[in-house]
Amino acid sequence: MSAAKLARAVTVAAVLSLAVGACAANTSASSSSGGSSSGPSLPVVTNVPVPSDAANPAGDGKATCSGVSLAYAGTESVNNAQLGINILNGVKAAVNAHNAANPNCQVQLKTFDTEGDPNKAPGVVTSLVGQQDIIGVVGLPFSGESEAADNIFQSAGLVHITPSATNPSLTQQGYNTFFRGLANDNVQGPAAAKFMTSELKASSVCVIQDDSAYGIGLAAATIKALGSKDDANCNDKVTTGQKDFGSTVSKVMAAKPGAVFYAGYYTEAAPLDQQLSSQGFTGEFVGPDGVKDPEFVKLAGSASKNAYFTCPCLDGSLIPNFASAYEKVSGGVAPGTYSVEGYDSATILLKGIDTGITTRPALLSYVKNYNGDGLSKHFQWSSTGELSTSTIYAYEVKNGQIVYLGTIS
Amino acid sequence: MHPLTAFLADGSSWITFDVSGFKAEFWSLTFDGLAYGAIYALIAMGYTLVYGVLRLINFAHSEVFISGAYAVVFTLSFLGFGGSPPGLSTPALIGDLLLAMILAMVVSGIVAVVLERVAYRPLRKKGAPPLAFLITAIGASFTIQYLIEWWRGPNAENSVIMFIPKPLFSVFGSNVDDQQLIIFLAAIVLAVGVDQFLKRTRFGRGIRAVAQDPDTATLMGVNKERVIMLTFLIGGILAGAAALFYVMKVPSGVIYNGGFILGIKAFAAAVLGGIGNIRGALLGGLLIGLIGEYGATLLGNAQWTDVIAFVVLVLILMIRPTGILGESLGKARV
Repeated sequence: MSAAKLARAVTVAAVLSLAVGACAANTSASSSSGGSSSGPSLPVVTNVPVPSDAANPAGDGKATCSGVSLAYAGTESVNNAQLGINILNGVKAAVNAHNAANPNCQVQLKTFDTEGDPNKAPGVVTSLVGQQDIIGVVGLPFSGESEAADNIFQSAGLVHITPSATNPSLTQQGYNTFFRGLANDNVQGPAAAKFMTSELKASSVCVIQDDSAYGIGLAAATIKALGSKDDANCNDKVTTGQKDFGSTVSKVMAAKPGAVFYAGYYTEAAPLDQQLSSQGFTGEFVGPDGVKDPEFVKLAGSASKNAYFTCPCLDGSLIPNFASAYEKVSGGVAPGTYSVEGYDSATILLKGIDTGITTRPALLSYVKNYNGDGLSKHFQWSSTGELSTSTIYAYEVKNGQIVYLGTIS
Repeated sequence: MHPLTAFLADGSSWITFDVSGFKAEFWSLTFDGLAYGAIYALIAMGYTLVYGVLRLINFAHSEVFISGAYAVVFTLSFLGFGGSPPGLSTPALIGDLLLAMILAMVVSGIVAVVLERVAYRPLRKKGAPPLAFLITAIGASFTIQYLIEWWRGPNAENSVIMFIPKPLFSVFGSNVDDQQLIIFLAAIVLAVGVDQFLKRTRFGRGIRAVAQDPDTATLMGVNKERVIMLTFLIGGILAGAAALFYVMKVPSGVIYNGGFILGIKAFAAAVLGGIGNIRGALLGGLLIGLIGEYGATLLGNAQWTDVIAFVVLVLILMIRPTGILGESLGKARV
């Protein structure tokens, strides 16, 4: 009898543990499988046109400076380390190019490992701002740690450019030292909507979201931008860690949309796409930067051939000069997600130093007034630190590889 | 119906009932729910058998299951399965799948028996209280999960697709596919098999005797330790079968913590049907599968799947505290 009671008590505990929910942090490994392409045939871009006047960290070679440093702050180990390493190597490529060309201006690059952890970042950033020779920073890569530590940069008056944090709220904190070197999630949603309706020519779209702040925000922005093309009957919400999507698939199959947009991460997107395909879904499957990962292709298998991605990141391996400079510092590894953004951010700071700037306030005001092209896009910031024009790029899975399709304009 | 927008961060309405969608998709939800339910049922039988004999909730049973799923993935990858269906002839495919199932049964069975010897037997020898067993079970569950995580990393295994389901026939305008039918029928066959095994064989009689009264059974010459080991073994074998069907349905679902939620739902299924009762496990599993699918559609989104399944579980337990068919492995019902 008491054992039966215990069984029931445990059931209640189980309910609670489900309600508290599971969370998954996934790092990515690259590999590929999958089949041939299908659906609308969009031209694959194999060479990215770089603006002719894109900022070059080498400058004119005549810069003089001494005793100034830049810093990279962000993950180098533990959580999603690969993303941080992609950025750091981009920054290193820029600093190396600068120092090689300017014998009289050797800028030191200091690195600070936050492990991508919002709990650790404040301590790491505090010790960073204590080093007075650091006058500019590339970081922090993630939105969570940025929320936790951006105020420390603010009180030290130290300019920092994030090459990858996309949460829209980061520029609404009233800080003037924070600059975002890429489009935020509020830009990506409408761009994804546009991509699906005008490029993929989807007559209607089902928007499926997970339960993360990222997925919820992105889905809301996408649904709003889709307007009447969004089929509200088949919008669905799933949970992080969910693997079986029976009711979601039934809903989508009943609605027969031209495309499904999944606002969330690849861990759930892959089985969803796979289950949709095995039930005969013939439309396109579109995901944001959280889904654009080689791991998605690996997990979804041949189902991934209907997949497209939107991302505020540019594929650096398509810029030959950048790729070769990058591979020198990465030990031969091709540029990854956010490598170009890291390079561009560092280049802007280096150009400031080349004008003779040696103090934090001077470099801050230089970045605030910056107006010029980088490899990935045009850089000019609004007063809140958001780019005045921002770009979203499109990708597709072809023969098991993620290939670049161009910008969504 | 009663939108309470203020309560939600994303500004959507709170609870709405999508009756028309539910009506339109009722049969396809039913068939899919039965297929998932059959998988829950096979896992639930492992919980129920062990509980029936030892009055122990073996929380590590979800890891017994996921070990089997790894065996399926490794076997099929070795046989050349991967991200697209292999294009084998039907007999060759059945042969490969049977091999994978047998290996999964072996692996899950071994894990279950080892678990019993390493984690539970020492406690039993010391006459530990039930709470010690419960905590040990939870500890064993996490230990196995993180051993797998340490070995295989935090990402899911590459997907192994066995075949693309083909519609076989249609009922009320909704297709039943071969995958759903295979999973459902296999679960029924295995449940009947275990039921008959318990009813008709000498080993089954031993299990029932120990479940009913361990001390008297020992006095009557039943080897209690052997019966317990056999119980864990059968539970493991059923979990191995479940693993094959799970990978069939969710080819990319094999991840170190992938058994956790499934295990909780299967355990809920066992309690719903009446823990300790094989037929109850089957009924409970099928019901949990169906209720989850129905609830997700009726309430508008898939985030309700687990919530609704557990709400119904609690409601049924209020009316029938021992589950629908009652708790009885040793008693008259089996």
